Amino acid sequence: MIEIVYKIGMVPVIAVLGIVLGLLYNGIDRKLAARMQSRVGPPIIQPFIDIKKLLMKESIVPRHAIKWLFNLMPVLALSASLLTLLYIPFCGIGPAFEGYGDLVLVLYLLVLPPLAITLGAFASGSHYATIGAQREMVTMISYELPLAIAIVSVAWLLSMANPSLPVFSLSVISNNPIWNFTTPLSFLGLLIIFIALLLVIPGELGKTPFDVAEAETEIAEGVFAEYSGRNLALFYLANAVRTIAIASLIIAIFLPWNLSTFFNFSYLSLLFDALFFLIKLFVIIFISSVFIRVIVPRLRITQVVSTYWFYTTLIALLGMLLIWIGCCLKG
Amino acid sequence: MDVKAFNRSLWVFHVNTGSCNGCDIEIIAALTPRYDVERFGIKLVGTPRHADVLLVTGPVTREMAKKLKRIYDQVPDPKAVMVVGNCGSTGGVFYESYNLVGPVDKIIPVDVYVPGCPPRPEAIIQGVIKLWEKLEDKRRGKC
Repeated sequence: MIEIVYKIGMVPVIAVLGIVLGLLYNGIDRKLAARMQSRVGPPIIQPFIDIKKLLMKESIVPRHAIKWLFNLMPVLALSASLLTLLYIPFCGIGPAFEGYGDLVLVLYLLVLPPLAITLGAFASGSHYATIGAQREMVTMISYELPLAIAIVSVAWLLSMANPSLPVFSLSVISNNPIWNFTTPLSFLGLLIIFIALLLVIPGELGKTPFDVAEAETEIAEGVFAEYSGRNLALFYLANAVRTIAIASLIIAIFLPWNLSTFFNFSYLSLLFDALFFLIKLFVIIFISSVFIRVIVPRLRITQVVSTYWFYTTLIALLGMLLIWIGCCLKG
Repeated sequence: MDVKAFNRSLWVFHVNTGSCNGCDIEIIAALTPRYDVERFGIKLVGTPRHADVLLVTGPVTREMAKKLKRIYDQVPDPKAVMVVGNCGSTGGVFYESYNLVGPVDKIIPVDVYVPGCPPRPEAIIQGVIKLWEKLEDKRRGKC
């Protein structure tokens, strides 16, 4: 009973925390990108101001749109992003819905927001949005392959070391840092897979080198072309929360350490763990989102597909091979 | 209608209605690191649906008149219109030309004019400040 109350009570807490952190990191992202381009950049609270403004603007539904689908999809995108966060270890504590869903479920939930964006774009009846939606689907298909290879290799490595554990459970993964089970060769393989996953993040989030679906200079913001006001604000929030969710997933798999396991803070341990988590979040978002976004211009859609299907998949497969050889030599 | 939130967040959609690109380049200059209008929360967006401000350059050619009207209607309320350059404000050197139906304020209501051929980025930024003052006045019900 208490457990159920705790789970339900955690939902609004995680939701608010996810939205606030998402917007905050979005602001830091924009500020850092501006500093790297030697601009002053917007204040860190800029995303909050943008959301406030968007919420009081008119929300237009185009004449040719399918109204219910057009209005439903932003809500679905945000709720799916928030739901993802409930299954991932977050801010130094275990997943809120521990035991009710594993890594495979998280992978499916991560697909939902892009799918909602695609459906909403098709429902808006705009040509630009239709092109954007097709590109979004192609991008989605492209990055899923290296992502799946990486996740499966991690789970496989864990299962080789601990045959009795449920290796797809995220709390098991974050309680047993996978680096502990590696030989030098599989350590190298895991590192390569880590790099492949970092390359997948900007594609998942539609950040600059892979933002072909939005491409504001060629297809007028693509998938979001017809969205305005409240609906646009919801998509904006969904993307911010998804950034946090994906970065948290990478942290749970590859950097699961907490400060409290090394030092004794007694009753302050939760606070220090949360702060340490925020630092790890910053590092992941900085490398995979800000840094790549600033140094690389947008790719063409064909280049996105070849980058993911050929190069990133090759990198991930190499990592998988190294892990396999490493485990075979050991066993 | 509360427009106070526009204070630090203004998304701009740029329409070229037959301009020579002089003004457009000055607008881009306002986005470069030297002037960096993003620090005031001003951002260029790719579709009128996201915009708060319609930024129009050029004298309105016959072909563009209907499209300009349509783009104006596509911008969600509350919205404002800003004209950059002599051509859009008065017709400039193309005044009373046979293939123009402009200036812009004959087609859509205009809030702020920025004269100049082309205006300097400082003048464009000042125009934005005037626009903010105007939106603020609208909020207080002065005009």
